[in-house]
Amino acid sequence: MTSADFTSDEMMTIAASRALSNSDVCFVGIGAPSAACNVARLSHAPDITLIYESGTIGTAPQVLPLSIGDGELCDTAVTTVSVPEMFRYWLQGGRVTVGFLGAAQLDRFGNINTTVIGDYDHPKTRLPGGGGAPEIASSCGEIFITLKQSKRSMVSKIDFFTSFGHGEGGDHRQRIGMTTRGPTLLVTDLAIWKPDPETKEFVVTSLHPGVTRETVQETCGWSVRFATDLEETPAPTAAELAVLRDLKARTEKAHGGSKKNGAES
Amino acid sequence: MAKSIPLAQAVAENLNPGDTVAFEGFTHLIPHAAAHEAIRQNIGDLTLIRMTPDVIYDQMIGMGLAKKIIFSYAGNPGVGLLRRLRDSIENGWPHRIEFEEHSHSAMANAYEAGAAGLPCAVFRGYKGAGLKEVNPNIRSVTCPFTGEELAAVPAIRPDVSFIHAQKADRKGNVLVEGIIGIQKEAVLAARRAVVTVEEVVDDLGTHTNACVLPNWTISAISVVPGGAHPSYAHGYYDRDNASYLEWDEIAADRDRFLAWMKTNVLEADPADFADRIKGLETAR
Repeated sequence: MTSADFTSDEMMTIAASRALSNSDVCFVGIGAPSAACNVARLSHAPDITLIYESGTIGTAPQVLPLSIGDGELCDTAVTTVSVPEMFRYWLQGGRVTVGFLGAAQLDRFGNINTTVIGDYDHPKTRLPGGGGAPEIASSCGEIFITLKQSKRSMVSKIDFFTSFGHGEGGDHRQRIGMTTRGPTLLVTDLAIWKPDPETKEFVVTSLHPGVTRETVQETCGWSVRFATDLEETPAPTAAELAVLRDLKARTEKAHGGSKKNGAES
Repeated sequence: MAKSIPLAQAVAENLNPGDTVAFEGFTHLIPHAAAHEAIRQNIGDLTLIRMTPDVIYDQMIGMGLAKKIIFSYAGNPGVGLLRRLRDSIENGWPHRIEFEEHSHSAMANAYEAGAAGLPCAVFRGYKGAGLKEVNPNIRSVTCPFTGEELAAVPAIRPDVSFIHAQKADRKGNVLVEGIIGIQKEAVLAARRAVVTVEEVVDDLGTHTNACVLPNWTISAISVVPGGAHPSYAHGYYDRDNASYLEWDEIAADRDRFLAWMKTNVLEADPADFADRIKGLETAR
């Protein structure tokens, strides 16, 4: 059963949540990734292990945290470890299967910028920076990325390599000594993208219901490639929408209504 | 051995102009009261270290007390950007601070190396990352056993670290609970350490593997109920999310920022923090 009445944001979160499974150990970025990971946990993947970089392992919040260090993440976690232990034993140690990131700027090879717009030393806009992202991008088994499409965020050339995706494409990751898979999935509000097996350029593999190729291209700063066997993303089911909307309603209530989900980490 | 003294005295005795200082806290237990005391005492020319500089470093930078900042994520958690830090870096107001930027992994390893008495930290990181092109303190070493190239950064050794914790016992042993972040490493890496606590108790009432800092690792303890506000103290009071949202507006305008600092910091007192957590207390 599907519901025809859903927003593109809801479609994005739900499509991203479907990519996660019960056996995943997922390093969760704040904002859109956090919503998708918790929808997965509250629907088809109840045993997924969610990790936030504040040290909370196996956390199960009832509401979406405003920050990566909200108290509820700790209260509901299997265990809470120190920050050095988190980054050394758990992330660097190779225990995390999926890193789920957002981005301020993204290019076609899944390279991410959350550091500066403009020149590094004299930036037009100084963004918060990478936080955990540089090593999340290299140490997790694979990387999922989620963001809303716009020409500002999806650019032909990012201003700064905060975290490395597929670099210039092809085998660039292996050439610089990375052994993990890097970005394997991009979920936007309009489509699902996966890297070409050879070039590693993101290719649209599925359009969300009602979305046209033209809309995807108009909101993307590079020339978009579409898969030959382009699919349509299944619309959110009533059950999926109920889980997401309940979660958002609980979150609004808990954070006093006016919360914004801006920062990455 | 930890001296139990008022916060004004603890800051005056342990923080000097030109010091390298860490006010640590990873979203939780951020030492706001201690930072405000440093601002009141107008102690400047500081090198500020913190993984996640947020509101307190925005305030110190805006008041002109920072020479340099060493950090890995400079944002208002869950809200957005730091507007005073941006004004300094983008426009040079009130002056342009120097900055040294790392990843969380590097900073966490560097604090741990400082606590361990090592000169540098070695870890697998910065592969393909732009920071190593712009930060000369990001270098590499070759593993003598496997030949793997690994990232290296200098250990963090602050002149003084400030942290906030839940409680101390009467001998000055300190318990940190919940999201413990990098606080233990920040204290053990520093030459001096000042801890503000919610309360002093007869017995810490904890278990054998808890995060306890023995009294001889701490220079001074000051009791400041609510001293982490608008951050939180697990088991005592919740995070004041509205204040973080409000800060985004206050910090957006130089005059509004200065007026806010005058009223809420320069003309305020550590005892005011107890009032600021009213209504946020958690059931115990």
